[in-house]
Amino acid sequence: MSATVHVADVVKHYGQVEAVKGVSFDLADGEMVALIGHNGAGKTTLMKMMLGLIRPTRGAVAVLGGNPAAGEFSARRQLGYLPENVAFDAALTGRETQAFYARLKREPVNDALALLDVVGLGEAARRRVNTYSKGMRQRLGLAQALIGRPRVLLLDEPTTGLDPELRQTFYEVIQRLAAEGTTVLLSSHALTELEERAGRVIIMNRGLKVADGTLDELRRLARLPTRIRLKVAELPPSGPPAWLPAAATYRRINGHIVEIDAAPDDKIDLLHRATADGSAVQDLELIPPNLDELYAHFLRHAEPPQ
Amino acid sequence: MTGLITIAAKEIQQAIRNRWVLAATLLLAGLALSLTFLGSAPTGTVGARALDVVIVSLSSLTIFLIPLIALLIAHDAIVGDMERGTMLLLLSYPIARWQVLLGKFLGHLAVLAFATCLGYGAAAVALLIGGSSFDAEGLAAFAAMIGSSVLLGAVFVAIGYLVSAVVRDRGTAAGLCIGLWLALVLIYDMALLGLLVLDQGRNISGGVLSALLLLNPADAYRLLNLTGFANVSLFSGMAGLAASSTLSVRALLAALVLWTLIPLAGATLAFSRREL
Repeated sequence: MSATVHVADVVKHYGQVEAVKGVSFDLADGEMVALIGHNGAGKTTLMKMMLGLIRPTRGAVAVLGGNPAAGEFSARRQLGYLPENVAFDAALTGRETQAFYARLKREPVNDALALLDVVGLGEAARRRVNTYSKGMRQRLGLAQALIGRPRVLLLDEPTTGLDPELRQTFYEVIQRLAAEGTTVLLSSHALTELEERAGRVIIMNRGLKVADGTLDELRRLARLPTRIRLKVAELPPSGPPAWLPAAATYRRINGHIVEIDAAPDDKIDLLHRATADGSAVQDLELIPPNLDELYAHFLRHAEPPQ
Repeated sequence: MTGLITIAAKEIQQAIRNRWVLAATLLLAGLALSLTFLGSAPTGTVGARALDVVIVSLSSLTIFLIPLIALLIAHDAIVGDMERGTMLLLLSYPIARWQVLLGKFLGHLAVLAFATCLGYGAAAVALLIGGSSFDAEGLAAFAAMIGSSVLLGAVFVAIGYLVSAVVRDRGTAAGLCIGLWLALVLIYDMALLGLLVLDQGRNISGGVLSALLLLNPADAYRLLNLTGFANVSLFSGMAGLAASSTLSVRALLAALVLWTLIPLAGATLAFSRREL
């Protein structure tokens, strides 16, 4: 595992606006990292700096060992980028567009054209881009980002406008690349679909990194309660089950099911109590805090947790 | 180098698709042909050679039309791609900004050269079919006219790029380009004429006048074509000016080349400093 992307104390000002205020992180080979944060949090700015399209006001960005803004393009040949709201020249067909980008990267045109089938553009590839729907443009955008098996893949809001079936294909392609050692950094608003896939999550808020880690690490840091849902045979007509400590928050879902918010440390203790009591627990469901809740939590406490 | 050619080839392909090539060629050929037929009517068959008349009328047409076509193609080149969002993706590829600009320039110039050669070539062919005979000097003058027309096109493509690299949105670029066209093609000459009339030859010497003419690429082009060849200058009514002008063909060509290189360099500089 070596770092492919290195971001150190990066600050970026646009005139008076501070888009990024001192962010550091390293991305390694084969990592699939989700960059989340609402609009204006600095996600796109960070990606543009990794591409060398803009220079950081302070701090350093290194991609594949080089400074992307220094005018050396060796690193850019191994980089794939899918911008948010990707646009293409309307007069050309999908195949012509893909061939054009393959030539710019000096990769075999035929290999690049084969990618059009991978993303499922199929026959539409022979049509002009101005006849494309948003989803088809997104597919073409992904196809061009995959040209030449990039070692670093930067995807800005890649799944907006994609239908569920294509999302599936999309993540399959990305995960295969990551398994082969590509660093994938993707920003998204669709947190639920990232939850199962991203190995690591970086949360940005107003130009600051507020959280960084695997989903489990973030859960530990956030100390958000796990919801325990119990189906109990003999639930009293009202009020909590007898074994529940007075301080615990709970909700009665219906006559049989009760939901308890358990802090991480109390989780096991509560389960002991529930089963030791002798009251027949018929079913049990554990719902750990999801990415949506974690995101909301870290934005509320917009201080770096370290 | 490969990147440069790739970009140029894509610009040409796009211009063909968008029917820019067709429109420009038809426009130039149509006007050139009508000027050829109308222009040969008054001269009849006596004395004046039809080709010289055509050169005079075509170069007058060029001064208005070629800059307009060139600016129309060029004003959108950078700011348009930025607004559409295609520039962002393009610049994430392993290609330098100057290569993007120069590639576009080569592509646009090729389109313009193709349209000019074909359009004006049609006029020459029409004359040939009409039974006119060409001599070597006439042909050389005609070829020089086509060549310098393409050079004039290059000047205005470069100026269009400079505008496109500096302004914030496409509307401003279009407005500025039309303003520049009016200023350089129409207003400059009128103002110069007014100045000469007012001055009555007291302060403005031949040298100053030459400098003033070189400061406008359209005038440099006009002088190059209307005074460069003896026969042509006779018909253009510019023989007097040609005799008094101290400007050599070489100086005029150099002026046109500089008028291409300086805006192009400016456009490259402005573009490379722009943040996306």
